[in-house]
Amino acid sequence: MQLIMFKKLCLYNRNMNRITKKLKAPHKLLSIYFTAGYPKLEDTVEILKRLQDSDVDMVEIGLPYSDPLADGPTIQQSSTQALKNGISTKKLFAQIQDIRQHIEIPLIVMGYFNPMLQYGVSQFCKDVSDIGIDGLIMPDLPYDYWLEHHKDDYEHNNLKHIQLITPQTSKERILEIDKQSEDAFIYMVSSSSTTGSQIGFAQEQLDYFERIGSYNLQTPQIVGFGIKDNETFSQATSHAKGAIIGSAFIKMLSKRGLNGIDGFIKNIRQP
Amino acid sequence: MYNVNEKGFYGEFGGAFIPEMLKPNVDELRENYLKISESEDFQREFHQLLKDYVGRPTPLYFSKRLSEKYQTQIYLKREDLCHTGAHKVNNTIGQILLAQKLGKKRIIAETGAGQHGVATATVCALMGMPCVIYMGAIDIKRQAPNVARMKMLGAKVVAAESGSKTLKDATNEAIRDWINNPEDTHYIIGSVVGPHPFPDMVARFQSVISKEVMKQLKEQSHKSKPDYVLACVGGGSNAAGIYYDFLEDTEVGIIAVEAAGKGVSTGESAATSQLGRQGIIHGSKTLLMQNADGQITEPYSISAGLDYPGIGPMHAHLYASKRAEFISVTDDDAMQAGWELSQLEGIIPAIETAHAFAVFKERKFEPDDVVVINLSGRGDKDLNTYMEYFNL
Repeated sequence: MQLIMFKKLCLYNRNMNRITKKLKAPHKLLSIYFTAGYPKLEDTVEILKRLQDSDVDMVEIGLPYSDPLADGPTIQQSSTQALKNGISTKKLFAQIQDIRQHIEIPLIVMGYFNPMLQYGVSQFCKDVSDIGIDGLIMPDLPYDYWLEHHKDDYEHNNLKHIQLITPQTSKERILEIDKQSEDAFIYMVSSSSTTGSQIGFAQEQLDYFERIGSYNLQTPQIVGFGIKDNETFSQATSHAKGAIIGSAFIKMLSKRGLNGIDGFIKNIRQP
Repeated sequence: MYNVNEKGFYGEFGGAFIPEMLKPNVDELRENYLKISESEDFQREFHQLLKDYVGRPTPLYFSKRLSEKYQTQIYLKREDLCHTGAHKVNNTIGQILLAQKLGKKRIIAETGAGQHGVATATVCALMGMPCVIYMGAIDIKRQAPNVARMKMLGAKVVAAESGSKTLKDATNEAIRDWINNPEDTHYIIGSVVGPHPFPDMVARFQSVISKEVMKQLKEQSHKSKPDYVLACVGGGSNAAGIYYDFLEDTEVGIIAVEAAGKGVSTGESAATSQLGRQGIIHGSKTLLMQNADGQITEPYSISAGLDYPGIGPMHAHLYASKRAEFISVTDDDAMQAGWELSQLEGIIPAIETAHAFAVFKERKFEPDDVVVINLSGRGDKDLNTYMEYFNL
C-alpha cells in the first residue's frame, strides 16, 4: 500500500509543472523577461543558458509582436528589432526545440494573442508543451474568453495560464482568478501602466502590494512592471512570492550585451 | 442579425481582446455608454449641437449629371458639408458629451490623415477640455496643414515613433496612454474599430446619417428607401453611419468600397477584405492584413484615411455573411472619379470619398435604382495630392 502511494507521489512529482514546483521554493523568486531574437536573432538560447547559470528562478521568453499594446518603448523597440532580425513563432520554436537538454528552470512564453491565433491555438499549446514550456502569458487574451474557449487546450498540455491583475482589478475578480489559477502564480502588475514606464514605487503601489498580501490568496503572486534593481525587487517581494524584471534587463542587454547578464542578476540579488 | 450582440460580437467578429490593464476603462464605458447616450438629456444636447454647431441635417442631393452619365438615380449624402469637412465630427461630438457625463477631464485620440484629430481637437476646444492627439511620425510630415489645424485648436500633437509610425501605431500609442491614465481620461476612437463597445458606440453616433437619409429620401424621391447605400471603407465609420438603419432590411443593398492602392495583388494595397485574414487588431477580432506569422502588415493607399490594416468588426461580418458587396478601387480610378465629380457636380471630394464614386466604372445599376452615396468628406485637405497627380 505504502509502495503504491510512493509510486503515485513519484509520478505526480515527475508530471508536476515546473512552475508549481518552483513556487514551493523557500526563497523569493526572480524571474527575467527577455525578447526572443534580440539583440541578435541567434541569442535566444545563449541568453537562457546564462540566465540559468546566474541562478535566475524562472524565465519569460518574449515572442515579439508588431503591435505590443501593453508594452512601453523599451520592449517595443526590442520587438521591432527582433522581427527585423527574422524572428517568428516557428523560428523561435526551432531555436528552443532542444532547450530541455540544457535548461531546467521553468520557462514561460509571453506574447500576444494574434500570432498564437494564426498558428492555431491548440497546435501552439501542443508545440510549446512538447518543447518543455510550462506556461503562457498572453496579456490580450482576456481571462473570461480563455476560460470559455481555451482552458482545455492549456490543461491537456500541462500548461499554466498566467493571469494578470492590476491595482484596478476588483477584489471579487481577484478571488475568482485565485480559485482558477491552480498551482500557477498570479502576475501582479504593479501599477496601471505599460511596461518600463515607472521610476521606483510610490506609496500607492506599496499599499497595493500590502492590500493583495492581506487577501491571503492560495495562488502565489509575482510582481511585474517597474522592477529594475535590488531596492524595487525587495519592495515588490515584501508581500509577494517573487518579481519579474523585463524592460530594465532589455536596456542592460542593449548597452552591455550578453556579458552583462551575470553582473546584472547579482546586483538584483545583492546590492 | 447584422448588428452587435450582447457580448459585443458581430457574428464571429468583435469582442474586447484587451490586456487586463485596460479592462476597468473599457468596462466603465461598456456599462455606461447606452445608459448615457440613450437618455433624453443626452439626446437633446447631442442633436442640438449637431444642428447648431455641425450644421445638420446635411442635404441629400440628387446628382442629376452623374445620374445621367451612369443611367441610374444617384443621391449624395453631403457629409462633406459638416463643420470640419467630414462626417468624423458626428462621432467626436457624441463621445465628448459622453466623456463629460463620465466625469472625464482629459481627451486623447489617434489620427491618420488628421481628419479625426481635427474633429477631436475641435470638440475639445468647444468644451474646454485638454486634448492630446497621437499621430504617426510619418503622417505628421505628410499632413502638415492638419497638424497646424490641431495646434491652432489647442491640441497637443504627439508623434508616434513606434512600429511603422503611421495610423496603427498612433492607435497603439493612444491605447498605451489610456492604460497609463485609466481614471481621468477618455479615448475618443475615430472609427468603428477597437474593443467593444467602441465599434457599436461610434456606429450609433454616426447612424444619424442613415436616419436622415431615410427621412429625406421619402420626401425627395418616389421610393421610400434606397436600393443601395454605398460608402468607402477604411476603418469604416462613414460606411457604418450610412448602413446603420438599413442593416436588417435586406431589400436595401449594401456596397462597401475599399482602397486597392496600386492594385490588390501588387503588395501595395489596403483592400482588407481581399487581403486580410481573421485576427486581432486594436482589441477587436476582425479581418486584418498580416503575414503568416500573425504580424500586422502596413497597407498602402493614396488616401491616408483608407490605409488601415483592419476593418471594423461590423464590416468584417457584413463581408463574411455576404450581406454587403465589397468592391476595391485603385488609386488611379479613385483619382479619376474625384476629378469627374468635381467637373460634373462642382464638388471636390476627399480622396477617401472619391473611391466610392469609382464604383460606377466597376458595376452597373438599373435605371430605376436609387443609389445613395455617402459623400463623407471634402477634398480641401487633399489639394496637394490632386495637384501633384493631375499636374495642376
